[in-house]
Amino acid sequence: MSKDNSQSTQKAATTDEFIKGLWRDNPVFVQVLGMCPVLAVSNTAENALAMGLATAFVLLMSNILVSILRNFIPKQVRIASYILIIATFVTVTDYVIQAISVELHKSLGAFISLIVVNCLILSRAEAFASKNTVWKSILDALGMGVGFTLALFCLGAVREVLGNGSIFGLPIFSEGFQSWIVMILPAGGFFTLAAWLLIINAVQAKKAKT
Amino acid sequence: MSRVADIEAQKPANSTKMLRAMVGVGIMSALLIVLTFELTLPRVQRLKAEALEKAIFSVLPGTVRIEAFRINGNGQLIELENGDASGSAIYAGYDENKKLVGYAVEAAGQGYADIIRILYGYDPEEQILIGFQVLESKETPGLGDKIEKEQRFLDNFKALDVGLTDDGQLRNKVVAVKQGEKENAWEIDGITGATISSRAIGDIIATSTTEVVPVLFHANRKTDDTKPGQKQMKRHEQR
Repeated sequence: MSKDNSQSTQKAATTDEFIKGLWRDNPVFVQVLGMCPVLAVSNTAENALAMGLATAFVLLMSNILVSILRNFIPKQVRIASYILIIATFVTVTDYVIQAISVELHKSLGAFISLIVVNCLILSRAEAFASKNTVWKSILDALGMGVGFTLALFCLGAVREVLGNGSIFGLPIFSEGFQSWIVMILPAGGFFTLAAWLLIINAVQAKKAKT
Repeated sequence: MSRVADIEAQKPANSTKMLRAMVGVGIMSALLIVLTFELTLPRVQRLKAEALEKAIFSVLPGTVRIEAFRINGNGQLIELENGDASGSAIYAGYDENKKLVGYAVEAAGQGYADIIRILYGYDPEEQILIGFQVLESKETPGLGDKIEKEQRFLDNFKALDVGLTDDGQLRNKVVAVKQGEKENAWEIDGITGATISSRAIGDIIATSTTEVVPVLFHANRKTDDTKPGQKQMKRHEQR
């Protein structure tokens, strides 16, 4: 997953750490990582956005800490240490969200604690932060976090529009619209994800040809 | 990259080194969590108390003052001391003229995903439920959580019949029916797409009202002449 950067210029390399998460290595559409929250919490645009931001925050903080401690943690216990670090920041996020708004905490509910087992975060810690400088890890986390949030939002928006006839809770169709309940259910998550993957792959295949 | 060499070099990595790393990370994690917990706790508690208070005001329209009670083993209402937040409490709401608006009752039961906690308002004068709100639920977003948002469902609880027979039992048990099949005043019109959740609400209210409503009704009868509820003012709410 981590590509050895053969870029000659330092600057291009650092921007690339950020950009790659958005498109070329997008965690959802290309790496297909962290599917549990992607399918479960993307049924409304608002939930998707909140979940994406919470995950991005945990990803950023754990990447920073893993990168700082990368010479201190022996290889043999690295996974245990990373999980501990990730779990810590998830708990912190849980408390902070509760302190920000009871409503938001209610709507995200159990999925906050499930960020712990989001393999996107562990994979970034293992594949990137444990081998790179703090600055690069921050860029990587930001790129991946934004890419994840964006992807989640793409799914959430489509599912809310079709499944509920609204976006961010605002109705956009007239009374007669029959909502597709299946889009809100987990099955709808798979359909939407498949459709997005189809589009993204088609675009990338076309790009590769030219 | 010299990663392979790194691993080789660390192979004999003594256990002290591993122990040091794990303990170090552990201590740091513990400190971080405790710190955030302590920092956010006052605000979380305040928000939760505010949410409960808001819920009480919304299920008992017109309330300006709240008093907390609980039911003891003998089926009597006991006033709660300040700060005693044990168990599910019952809140009496009074309006501007110090007249009882009704009781807000906390109840909980199994929903589709997890325990649902609700609050409903009971008016002993009319013998009906006058308000309802979900305090906490983990129902499926977009489906089960319609029990919190759908106005048509919430309208069920503007005048839900929980009348008593002469011997102090509920005349009709509250029950949730399919959407559009409500015929009687004690039935809850369910939600298509949230069938299990709306039925769970029906069950929670049925269980709770069977137990609590007779007690509240008779407590209200007794207090009609003595009015002990007005002896002491515990909480003032300015609106």
